[in-house]
Amino acid sequence: MITWLLLAIMVVTTVLGDVLQSHEMKRTGAQRADARGLLVLIRIIGQRAYLILAIVCMAISFFAFMALLQRAPMSFAVPASAATVILETILAKTVLRERVSPQRWTGAFLVAIGVFLLAR
Amino acid sequence: MPAAEEALTSVSLDAGHRKPSRTQVLLLVVAVITLNSFGNLLLTWGLRHVPEHLGLNPAGYVEVMANPFTAAGIAMLILWMLTRMTLMSWADLSFVLPVTAAGYMTATLLGCFVLHEAVSIDRWAGSALILIGAVLVGLTTKKHDTSTPERVSAS
Repeated sequence: MITWLLLAIMVVTTVLGDVLQSHEMKRTGAQRADARGLLVLIRIIGQRAYLILAIVCMAISFFAFMALLQRAPMSFAVPASAATVILETILAKTVLRERVSPQRWTGAFLVAIGVFLLAR
Repeated sequence: MPAAEEALTSVSLDAGHRKPSRTQVLLLVVAVITLNSFGNLLLTWGLRHVPEHLGLNPAGYVEVMANPFTAAGIAMLILWMLTRMTLMSWADLSFVLPVTAAGYMTATLLGCFVLHEAVSIDRWAGSALILIGAVLVGLTTKKHDTSTPERVSAS
């Protein structure tokens, strides 16, 4: 029971964190992928409340993941978090206003079947 | 158009920075996958040496982080978070998701061959479907970004 509760906490906080990150990082424009860029990124994080909230979500997700890893094998704990793909696809359409094609829904459905198989 | 190139066209770039090449995107993708997979591996390795289950007591988590393997895993995952955020500034969420899914398959492989965990046929099939489904989602990447990029520089 507690394994599934930890999994649920991890999924919800991961989805919220990713959507907030995507929304904010699109607004900043392309950042550099070097040491200087990472320093700039840290400064940006300090200036944006949504990015800070996203990191708080990731931290909660991380600690739930650590506790989950002690109760389930890594080969279950990590792939099971793929449920986030489905929820993030739904939120990408409704919140980020992305167009979700039938091919994308098919992909999300395949992920759902994959998660079901992992839980068996 | 390949997904990486298509993803590049789906974001408006900051005028102060060069447009990343396809090679740069792929290198960053490899970095994100590697940091995530090996960060999780080190984290799991460290947690295996903690006898008690983690509960709601924060002291237990502090003790776990003192383990060198766990600390190295956490450091790699922090770097993974920053590089993934950079990738999100280059491409939209529907491109970044399949990258994460590729990490799931890597995690299953590492769990099987490095940690010697028993992985059933169902879990192999599940991991494979997750990978196929996530890649399928990534191949549909279009321009969806409705927000207006702001100028952000190092100065």
